[in-house]
Amino acid sequence: MFKALTKKETYIKYLRSLKFGLYCMSHPLDGFWDLTHEKRGTYAAANTILIITILVRILKLRYTSFLFLQVYWEDINIFLYIASIIFPLALWVVGNWGLTTLFDGKGRLGDVYMATCYGMLPYPVIQLPLMIASNFVTIEEGQFYSVLSVISLVYCALLIIFGMGQIHAFSFGKNILFTIASLFAMLVLVFILMIFFSMISQGVSYFISIGRELMFRM
Amino acid sequence: MKNKFVRFGLAALGAAAMLLTTPLTAFAGESAYSYNYDYWGDVLESPDSYSVVKVFTYRDFGLETNLKNPESMFVYEDSVYICDTGNNRIVELKRTGTDGFEFVREIKSIKGTEITDLNAPADIAVSDDGYMYIADRGNNRIIKVDMDCNYIMQFDRPVDLALSSDLVFNPNRLVIDTAGRVYCAASGINKGLVKYEADGTFSGFVGATPVAYNITDYLWKKFASQEQRARMVDFVPTEYDNIYMDKEGFIYACAGGQKEEDLDAETVQAVRKLNMLGSDILVRNGDYPVYGDLYWGGGGGITGPSYFKDVTVLDNDVFVCLDMNRGRCFGYDDQGRLVFVFGGNGNMDGYFRRPVSIEHMGNDLIVLDQLDNAITLFIPTEFGSLIFQAMDQFDHGLYDEAQESWELVKTLDGNYTLAYIGIGRSLLRKGQYKEAMDYFELKYDDENYSRAYAQYRKEWIKNYIGWIIAILLVIILVPLGIGKIRSIRREIDTADIFRL
Repeated sequence: MFKALTKKETYIKYLRSLKFGLYCMSHPLDGFWDLTHEKRGTYAAANTILIITILVRILKLRYTSFLFLQVYWEDINIFLYIASIIFPLALWVVGNWGLTTLFDGKGRLGDVYMATCYGMLPYPVIQLPLMIASNFVTIEEGQFYSVLSVISLVYCALLIIFGMGQIHAFSFGKNILFTIASLFAMLVLVFILMIFFSMISQGVSYFISIGRELMFRM
Repeated sequence: MKNKFVRFGLAALGAAAMLLTTPLTAFAGESAYSYNYDYWGDVLESPDSYSVVKVFTYRDFGLETNLKNPESMFVYEDSVYICDTGNNRIVELKRTGTDGFEFVREIKSIKGTEITDLNAPADIAVSDDGYMYIADRGNNRIIKVDMDCNYIMQFDRPVDLALSSDLVFNPNRLVIDTAGRVYCAASGINKGLVKYEADGTFSGFVGATPVAYNITDYLWKKFASQEQRARMVDFVPTEYDNIYMDKEGFIYACAGGQKEEDLDAETVQAVRKLNMLGSDILVRNGDYPVYGDLYWGGGGGITGPSYFKDVTVLDNDVFVCLDMNRGRCFGYDDQGRLVFVFGGNGNMDGYFRRPVSIEHMGNDLIVLDQLDNAITLFIPTEFGSLIFQAMDQFDHGLYDEAQESWELVKTLDGNYTLAYIGIGRSLLRKGQYKEAMDYFELKYDDENYSRAYAQYRKEWIKNYIGWIIAILLVIILVPLGIGKIRSIRREIDTADIFRL
């Protein structure tokens, strides 16, 4: 694996696949089909997009003008912030894959992950310039900020939905159906995780209390 | 792969669970005597802006009987009139020096009419031309008398078809404008203030509060039967608890006892500033609504939002609202931003048990407590006077001096929001936009910041316009030139005459 890193073709392929993300943005149907079926996307590029998205989300806190985003720094938890992207992403990927694989979706788990990450590209592409521009306007001129913010999110959502349809080779109606079903699957996953955690914590506290009791007796 | 995802997910879920279970921060402000709110609504203890001179009871005035259920006060120049409602009299006091009152007289009856004895006088107002208007509630009338208590005229129950015929006219509070018109808040009348012309004719109701209802109640009522509907609460405007006329003739009216969901939804306003047409023109540019405490808690068995029982307006347009619920005074400036809060429930000096009336004499505040039967005189502390001084200086255009005063305020209380904004506004007026922006940004004042920034940007572009154009030209011309040179070179290279 590390041998591949010394080769020049690896980097060329990486950069090309990263650039392909922009093609996916403007040509979602074509782009997402080629992404997995023609193997034009790479995990490296998908990870890069994910990391850039998280970075932009964190940078926004500090560098957006206070006119548009007021940050209560005392309450900011950077790990929670990172988790706010990674956790829903993981739920979505697992939930979507778990469902579609039962209903002849063509995408594998990795494909779902890759397409979802590629689908998040509009967020950094729009939010980063927006963040910089926000420092050069007054509040009266700031209407565009909220509009573009919303657009960036809606754009991402649409790309992800269309991307899923393409990588699973679903028809439009089936795609929408499974998008909604995936959201429910995410809820179910959250529910299971909650149960899992509360069981674990109760189990642990049971042994802790036994240990305490023993210490008192001895 | 899946393993990794699950591990990530678990970590994130754990983080989320931690956030949800962190206990809410306890606010220290519950016990502080003076405090203020910052942009985030955090309670910040603040230096006292007012200090107690003395609490006066009937003995201090040389009265024989104690006050009984006094309802309101009125200040006219250096005289204080206390409506001693339970004893059917009005007590007039005169301010002597900074720290005392001296008894002048008590008004129990008037001359020149059939019913001469006052019966449960609820309020008094003195007009600039020297007449006293007394809301003689027990006798269901408002009477106008001269300074020697000679009867001039009276204002009776308004003749209006909209009022139910069994309604008894109980005038509670009244104010007089410069033209001698009388505005009266009466119990049982929720259509607004009763307005009389100077000649005594009733001329309508002004300034009813907007009716507040929530959508579920409304729908519920739509589907209810006639009998059910009759048993439900009517959506009616609330009556005003108190009114005050400022020096410009605007009526500040407060209606305490609002429900917290209505206050939060801003369907009702605890304080309103009424113009001549009776519409609300109070400026509410503060970070938080003008309804007193933000956190209601349940300390000491006191729940619910602040109950604004009375309001008074200082000469610099700072209006001070009296919260009967927790015994606090809330001062707001002309932009609706919180200037100071002080007070509390208790028996110590400066605390109240049931404060019902607040008046001002210059910048000094006088609060009447109905249970203690006492009035408390407050004078501004150094901190308070500096704030007022800075406001006055700014209003008079003395921006350098205002900035200095605000700087002093800031050294006394580094958390004081208005000091930063005050310095910023002075700098803005003096044209130091960049510095002003820094001060506004510290306190999240977006409007003033934008104002300063627009000027700063204009100036910046003016200074650097040459450079901007030069850079733009370079950006456009250099690629153009390179392209041109390349195409010429290509033409030369491919020209037929050089081809061999």
